[in-house]
Amino acid sequence: MSEYVIEMLNITKKFPGIKANDNITLRLRHGEVHALLGENGAGKSTLMSVLFGLYQPEEGIIKKDGKEVKINDPNDANALNIGMVHQHFKLVECFTVLDNIILGVEPNKFGFINKAQAREKVVELSKKYGLQVDPDAMIEDISVGMQQRVEILKMLYRDNEILIFDEPTAVLTPQEIDELMQIMRNFTKEGKSILFITHKLNEIMAVADRCTVLRKGKCIGTVDIKDTTKEELSTMMVGRPVQLEVEKDEAKPGKVVLDVKNVTVPSKLHSNNAVKNVSFQVREGEIVCLAGIEGNGQTQFVYALTGLDKMSEGSITLMGRDITKASIRNRAKAGMSHIPEDRHKHGLVLDYTLEENLVLQRYWQPEFRTGPFIRRNEVRKYANRLIDEFDIRSGEGPVTPARSMSGGNQQKAIVAREIDRDAKLLVAVQPTRGLDVGAIENVHRNLVACRDSGHAVLLVSLELEEVMSVSDRILVMYEGEIVGEFDPKKVTVQELGLYMAGAKNMYREVGHGGADNGKEKEA
Amino acid sequence: MKKGLISVLASVISILVGLLFGLLLLIIIKPGMAFPKFGQMLTAGISSAPKLAKVLYQAAPLIMTGLSVAFAFKTGLFNIGASGQYTVGAFAALACAIIFQMPWYLCLLAALIAGAFWGVFPGLFKALFNVNEVITSIMFNWIGMMAVNLLCMNIKQDGKLIMLPKAWISGNGLTDRTVSLSVANPNALIPKMGLDKLLNSNYMNISIFIAVAFAILLWVILSRTTFGYELKACGSNKNAGIYAGINAKRNIVLSMVIAGAMAGLGGGIYYLAGTAEYTIQKALLAMGFNGISVALLATSNPIGTIFSALFISYIQVGGETLQPVYAKEIIDIIIAVIIYLSAFALLTKTIISKRIGTGTANANDKLGNPIPPEELKGRKAHAHAHGNKQKEGENK
Repeated sequence: MSEYVIEMLNITKKFPGIKANDNITLRLRHGEVHALLGENGAGKSTLMSVLFGLYQPEEGIIKKDGKEVKINDPNDANALNIGMVHQHFKLVECFTVLDNIILGVEPNKFGFINKAQAREKVVELSKKYGLQVDPDAMIEDISVGMQQRVEILKMLYRDNEILIFDEPTAVLTPQEIDELMQIMRNFTKEGKSILFITHKLNEIMAVADRCTVLRKGKCIGTVDIKDTTKEELSTMMVGRPVQLEVEKDEAKPGKVVLDVKNVTVPSKLHSNNAVKNVSFQVREGEIVCLAGIEGNGQTQFVYALTGLDKMSEGSITLMGRDITKASIRNRAKAGMSHIPEDRHKHGLVLDYTLEENLVLQRYWQPEFRTGPFIRRNEVRKYANRLIDEFDIRSGEGPVTPARSMSGGNQQKAIVAREIDRDAKLLVAVQPTRGLDVGAIENVHRNLVACRDSGHAVLLVSLELEEVMSVSDRILVMYEGEIVGEFDPKKVTVQELGLYMAGAKNMYREVGHGGADNGKEKEA
Repeated sequence: MKKGLISVLASVISILVGLLFGLLLLIIIKPGMAFPKFGQMLTAGISSAPKLAKVLYQAAPLIMTGLSVAFAFKTGLFNIGASGQYTVGAFAALACAIIFQMPWYLCLLAALIAGAFWGVFPGLFKALFNVNEVITSIMFNWIGMMAVNLLCMNIKQDGKLIMLPKAWISGNGLTDRTVSLSVANPNALIPKMGLDKLLNSNYMNISIFIAVAFAILLWVILSRTTFGYELKACGSNKNAGIYAGINAKRNIVLSMVIAGAMAGLGGGIYYLAGTAEYTIQKALLAMGFNGISVALLATSNPIGTIFSALFISYIQVGGETLQPVYAKEIIDIIIAVIIYLSAFALLTKTIISKRIGTGTANANDKLGNPIPPEELKGRKAHAHAHGNKQKEGENK
């Protein structure tokens, strides 16, 4: 038997105008977690798509157990026991968990599905690997973490031996990430081999055995994790030393910019309020972070704050002006910019070009219009400036369709657009979601620069590391309420975690069992 | 610009394959005559000045209904109600001409307004109650047609019917068609400006220039103005439009209003030529549905609409020469094949861009919304169900 279960040798894959993979060699050993590290657009997903049969490489060969194989489509990959969890899950929303797992390989008798047999196997697998799922739940009703477990069970159900995880942690809460890491370790004990695509260095250090680094379509090298450091990996990935810690001076808060009083937002899902009586202020020159586990009302609060949704009670004052009932456009004019949580739903018009998206919030301003006409030259100039300043990479520059850009560069475009609006208040919701270290460093530096130039920043984040390193003040939200306010220098991550899970509350007594309520309700 | 070229290429390929299919059909039906008749069909439109006039005459209203559908497509709406808007526009123009004795330009304005009015309802229902515009606009097709029939048969002056009068026509029976404009109000005829003499045809007037002017106007609105930018943004991602502070509801209504106005004007143009009269209809007028074909073939580009309408009109005129050896309906089949193929424009475009190695990996659909081929088939089938066959206003 060969030492390697999968060998991808000298793979080259071209797209119009770009070499996505340039002579890349990757070897996967039996029973190892092999991380594939690279910035957005470095060619990680392309390489994995080649392995999974979604793309055909122009050059290079793939070997399984030392024998050359041809993978023309995902069915071939499946036959070779290669399974993949995609970054965006491929699940049928209105099917049950069980239906999704057996989809495509339904056990049947004379054409009738034999679900009992399938259920037995699924339950057995989920017990064996600690993948808790409810086989009869609808996909649309379960949390993102559980959806991912369904994807993993799909691979296991098909007896896959080589498991590809494409940025699996991008959508998970810290606790879910820990669970996933444990599950991956269990798999390798069983002799399964894992390819783990990510750009989060902590996770690689925690779980991987070896790591192959890609940069701009080229293979930079493969290293053993035990012989390397985070700094070395990030340097390999970005091509220069990266500042992993956020550098910033003491905040010098000035006048109050945003004043939120007793804001209550009704929930769309149940009769309770999603946001309950939230009050706080953000001053110029400070970054206030709204922290919390996903689904505790942050999204609804931001919707109400930015005007995407209505609130039932309370008031919002921006720069001394009451904007409680103002339209979105008027809020923008009053000095609010907004990096939305969901870049595809709100942040971008995917059918538009990059330059058209870069002026989405200011095409109506006098600099970009003469009468009813858009000043296309100005738009182009402006777009080119932002592309340079914020290092937005794309195939065709300003005229690249937004749809064809990588997720990280789409996010960079939104960040560039919103920060450059120079609004007094910047509402940034998970601005670094799905970004690589280089880009995260860039966004964080921009947020701090924004603060230092006298703007107020409200950051909503699920990443504790980001919360601790970027913010000047932390507000923890739990079940729609603010349960605590902290100075990041005087609080520990563990302490914050207790508040985020509802075990502690600064303003009132916590009843029994509060601690384990939080997450389960959301799941 | 490269992408534009690829779109054009994709449409041209669809047309060539469609024609080839038509030729094949001719060969199968009657081999001996196939080649000469096919050649005749292809050249008929430019064989003589009157034929060319006919092509232009038919193309003008087709451009308008094509623009109606294309504009709505670009802004993420499917205006299947062009037929109703066209009919209502035609009625408004004729009523202004016959009853109120207005000059042609006021009649056309009335047609525009009436069509726009007919577009308001699907737009409002969509914006306020999120009712699918396809359903409402289909219903408004029938409401429009029936209402126009009803009005034509009931408008009286001094106790006499005037839209469908006995008085204007010799004989006793009530006619089923509106009074001839050249008798009722020659001022309402669209001016010919000597074009009729130039091309030696009574069909010829300046309507083709009006249609082209509107095509250019819509292109400018869509690609050069902030208003067009807003419409397209809301069309392809409503949530992003709202996030950017655009009034999405207002834009949906405006979009349907403009689409309706274009179709309505088409109706006015056709009937104010004076060569056809509105007849009491039992089924929806085909001109509105042909607009869907025109828009699809033009990949919803307003400028492209001019050329695709000219082409469809050209091949329809050519089709008349196939008679009596072949049925004229072969042309409908050829057009249908072309439309099917252009519905796969996305596919064709991707293949072309791969072959010549330009453009992006994921070529974008030119329609405001990417429409899966199956759905398009359904839409086309629907258009056909409403009968491409029936003639629209009898020619004199």
